[in-house]
Amino acid sequence: MTRVSTTPRPATRARPEQRGAVATWGPATALVVALIGLWELVTALADVPAYLFPAPSAIVRAAVEDRELLVAATLVTTTEVVLGLLVAVVVALLIAVALHFSAILRTTVFPLLIASQTVPIVVLAPILAIVFGYGVEPKLVIVALICFFPIVVNTLDGLRSVDPDLPRLMRTLSATRWAIFSKVEFPSALPRLFSGLRVAVTYAPIGAVFGEWSGSTDGLGFVMLQATPQLRTALVFAAIAVLTVESVALFLLVRLVENVTLRWNRR
Amino acid sequence: MTPDGAGVGLDGVAHRFGDVDVLRDIAFTVEPRRSLGVIGPSGCGKSTLLTFIAGLAEPGGGSVRVGAETAPAGRLAACALMPQKDLLLPWRRAIDNAALALENRGVPRKQARARVAPLFERFNLGGFEQHWPHELSGGMRQRVAFLRTLVADKDVLLLDEPFGGLDAITRADMQDWLRGVLTVEPRTAVLVTHDVEEALLLCHEVVVLTPRPATVVARIEVDLPVRVSRAETIADPAFTALRARILSILAQGSA
Repeated sequence: MTRVSTTPRPATRARPEQRGAVATWGPATALVVALIGLWELVTALADVPAYLFPAPSAIVRAAVEDRELLVAATLVTTTEVVLGLLVAVVVALLIAVALHFSAILRTTVFPLLIASQTVPIVVLAPILAIVFGYGVEPKLVIVALICFFPIVVNTLDGLRSVDPDLPRLMRTLSATRWAIFSKVEFPSALPRLFSGLRVAVTYAPIGAVFGEWSGSTDGLGFVMLQATPQLRTALVFAAIAVLTVESVALFLLVRLVENVTLRWNRR
Repeated sequence: MTPDGAGVGLDGVAHRFGDVDVLRDIAFTVEPRRSLGVIGPSGCGKSTLLTFIAGLAEPGGGSVRVGAETAPAGRLAACALMPQKDLLLPWRRAIDNAALALENRGVPRKQARARVAPLFERFNLGGFEQHWPHELSGGMRQRVAFLRTLVADKDVLLLDEPFGGLDAITRADMQDWLRGVLTVEPRTAVLVTHDVEEALLLCHEVVVLTPRPATVVARIEVDLPVRVSRAETIADPAFTALRARILSILAQGSA
């Protein structure tokens, strides 16, 4: 057998260039800091009443004062968000796989899925509160209802856009239908699934707050609802800030899981 | 793989895509453990022919036999297809790509890896078992794809321009390498190519197809003196004479 002399050595394999933390996060952080500074400046100069538009410093003071309330409310809302997302992911994957395998379901069920997204949550939320009570259940339903759709659409697109040569090749390698799904179709849909999930997690906290707005005894939405008529606007803004941080954190968490799961996709 | 291997037989194979007459009355046989090159102008339906032999599709007319099997499922079980694109699964490391056929047959992943691992040295891939496909060069990816095809342990190898996507130097290396593999471990092989040299280097016999609708215009026995090196083989007068003959058939579209 002829030796192929051009074979590179294993040690020289190319590694993607890693960007430093400063290069990655620096510009975004600088922008946020600058905007907060501008905000502080405007409120100080324009002398806006704090109950209308509190300065960032006032918001931080309110957050520190009411930290126990905020921490407890954050835990409640986070639980609703995470559980709702889990429900959304499970339901979305089941639906996407079912639609992928059945042409009849694709034509009959898909319009219903789109219809489900046109139902105004504003109208639905109070009804859910009546049906399920003031507990965690109606929030899970709302979060799941908002979040499952982008996951279904993206995952289904991913499943259907597999290179058609791959299943054919698998058939010549003694693959069953299940093996083609689990070894080819599902892995190739994963990048799209994660795209959908990233969209979903940014919607999830809004869904939870909406659920709390319509009937609850706890959570960040409840805090906002209580603080607004008391003109404790700084506390409302503090709750919003916590919610924002939570959205970003969830987004980054999904990115992290994605990077670990899709190591093969790094170029 | 069956002990004696399996032959391939086509009889009166014809096919149309809509209004386009692609294949017309194609007939040839390949004896077990012999290799046949199929040469034809591009777009004449050579690849389609391989999907028919593999049982991935059925021709509009005629019969295809692999070993004793004429039904598509039986042919699929006996054939391994090596496409022009390496089609490695990017989410599987090299070793897990090579072990795909074993895993598909229910061998646990760990055992499948253990069975494939010794072959990496033989295929000049030692040390690259754990690499992702995108970390490998084109020639290496193609060798992993070959490894995957051979591990499937099918009687018949169907090679669809397997080196078409490689640069000239790597292609020459890979042709020498495959010649070695097929000499050490002869398999029934059908090689589709538009590279006359490649067919003469790798095959016992060559059939030449006409442009669409493709039909067999010549069948040529490649009876060359045994040469060790590629350079010697290519420089042999018998080799150059065969090449000239096939090229003139291709140019005229008739024998």
